[in-house]
Amino acid sequence: MKTQEKVLDVKGLRVSFFTDEGEVPAVDDIDFYVREGEVLGIVGESGCGKSVTSLSVMGLIPSPPGKIIGGEIKLNGEELTTASEKRMRQIRGNDVAMIFQEPMTSLNPLFTIGNQLMDAMLIHKMGNKKQAKQRSIEMLKLVGLPRAEELMNDYPHQLSGGMRQRVMIAMAMVCNPRLLIADEPTTALDVTIQAQILKLMKDLNTKMNTAIMMITHDLGVVAETCERIVVMYAGKVVETGPAVEIFKDPQHPYTRGLIQSVPDMRYKKQRLYSIPGNVPKPGSIKQGCRFADRCEFAFDRCRQEDPPLYQTAEGHSTRCFLFDEKEETAHDNRNTVKS
Amino acid sequence: MTTETLLKVENLKKHFPIRGGILGKEVGSVKAVEGVSFEVKKGETLGIVGESGCGKSTTGRMLLRLIEPTEGKVYFEGQDVTKLSTGDMRKLRRDMQMVFQDPFASLNPRHTVEKILEEPMKVHGIGTSKERKQKVRELLEIVGLSSYHAKRYPHQFSGGQRQRIGIARALMTQPKLIIADEPVSALDVSIQSQVLNLMQDLQKEFQLTYIVIAHDLGVVRHISDRVGVMYLGRMAELTDSEKLYDKPLHPYTQALLSAVPIPDPLYEKDAVVLEGDIPSPSNPPSGCAFHTRCPFKMDVCSQKVPELREHEPGHYVACHLYTEEGSAAGQNKQPLEEGKYE
Repeated sequence: MKTQEKVLDVKGLRVSFFTDEGEVPAVDDIDFYVREGEVLGIVGESGCGKSVTSLSVMGLIPSPPGKIIGGEIKLNGEELTTASEKRMRQIRGNDVAMIFQEPMTSLNPLFTIGNQLMDAMLIHKMGNKKQAKQRSIEMLKLVGLPRAEELMNDYPHQLSGGMRQRVMIAMAMVCNPRLLIADEPTTALDVTIQAQILKLMKDLNTKMNTAIMMITHDLGVVAETCERIVVMYAGKVVETGPAVEIFKDPQHPYTRGLIQSVPDMRYKKQRLYSIPGNVPKPGSIKQGCRFADRCEFAFDRCRQEDPPLYQTAEGHSTRCFLFDEKEETAHDNRNTVKS
Repeated sequence: MTTETLLKVENLKKHFPIRGGILGKEVGSVKAVEGVSFEVKKGETLGIVGESGCGKSTTGRMLLRLIEPTEGKVYFEGQDVTKLSTGDMRKLRRDMQMVFQDPFASLNPRHTVEKILEEPMKVHGIGTSKERKQKVRELLEIVGLSSYHAKRYPHQFSGGQRQRIGIARALMTQPKLIIADEPVSALDVSIQSQVLNLMQDLQKEFQLTYIVIAHDLGVVRHISDRVGVMYLGRMAELTDSEKLYDKPLHPYTQALLSAVPIPDPLYEKDAVVLEGDIPSPSNPPSGCAFHTRCPFKMDVCSQKVPELREHEPGHYVACHLYTEEGSAAGQNKQPLEEGKYE
């Protein structure tokens, strides 16, 4: 089923927020793509720019103060950064849909579930009221909700968190988008409910061939659902590659540290690895590699120059001077990273 | 670790009233905690896990009487704290301190770190002003901050640093027991491991006893010696952390463990996806509260509440599969003993 065709292709995207204290770059020159029918994970900690990235694709950056200041976002070949608001409205919900972290706040409490589900279809002129209702009920059944017909007349407060997230997914899928952006879709849910939602999203991915861009901080969720991963740190992509490879052989010192600092439920370690220091505030590091201050392998060059992405294997690249072939000091260190 | 019991909890209950109508009459109650018993030994870490609404936080707060228990007893070093007057209770809190989840909400934004940290000592009348200030600086260094941070305000710190301040505050009165309610859940992954390591170091240094309440099963396994699993106000299973994770007995524990995403794409697990939602604690199911979602449900499960019993030495479980009524009726016992689903 999977083709090499790119549903979403982001190149050199830069997003800044213009505040009283000056320009704060939230996303700084990032490239990534999502292939048709694949699940891409975007991982990172707070302030790394992962949510800003997803909002830029949807054209939902609050402006002012935010602004896309460079780069291109191509959805099915169409440029989104220059698209008119009218065109964006047609695209949102139709070609690309999004689900959010808080299923409690992303549904309107004053309208019934049915009303909100049918709205999307009516706006995009996918049929008349009767067809919209028919399709909404189908969607509710598809996402595994019981008594779909009655649910159409229920209000969001009558549903549990897991059910609300299912409704959100149904709403996102109602126009059959080619790309679904999920921003921390299970963070607010309990573990057993999280398992249900992740299973549902994977099923929809295989059944309807919808590509999913999964934004999360939870490495477990990524490992379980994604085929490829983009790791972000302080507004930059620091590593990207197939999930299996990144977990087996992480290249960037940050990725390595992140994977090692997660307590694994399968066995008990005496002591957890921890990355020293704090997550930097966006825009606070102006020069050199953003991770240099917390990196145990950092050398002089890391603090002066911004490293480019080095390709280390087919489809796997990392933004770290340790992988510069010309860098001699790096050579020994790289072996230490690997060992 | 000694075998001396520091804290003993017996049949602890909390029912929150639901009021309704014009006169505000009590029309029902939310049974947040419904008869929980456990013991904590000196120097150990007891983890309490469970999903939202299972009563784990309410239990933690009742131990300190930040919420008054409806029923039950809490013995701290042999003394029943539920009988103490407010004044005596306050004195006792010197030995029992709490670390809260949200490092943003639990520190007063108008006070300097020095003032925040000094407060517990002042309340308990420990030391002179000079000694207290000295101690503040010492503890800041111990939790990995610097003494010059004393003059700063909470907003000048990151989440991880604030949680360190919260921990320092709990340590100011040199307590014996620290109850930590979701101490790392608001933190980033790279910061989470720093705080967990700090808590372990402090435990060794000051011979602390911890009760760690959390929903993250990985975190709980990492830090706990023993773990209790709660479901809808009751303890479902309680045992050593190794035993619980390697050979869970209760069907809920088994499902919970299998639901946790493992950070390894090549790991294949026997996925048990539980159907349905957690029932409301205001109207819990009859009998065993888990029977509505349990794959091994028997008739007896909806009729009788299973008691928490010692199935193997040190391994307590509340499930009819392991009681006499259950095994008399129980055909399903076989797959469970394997510790797996088929």
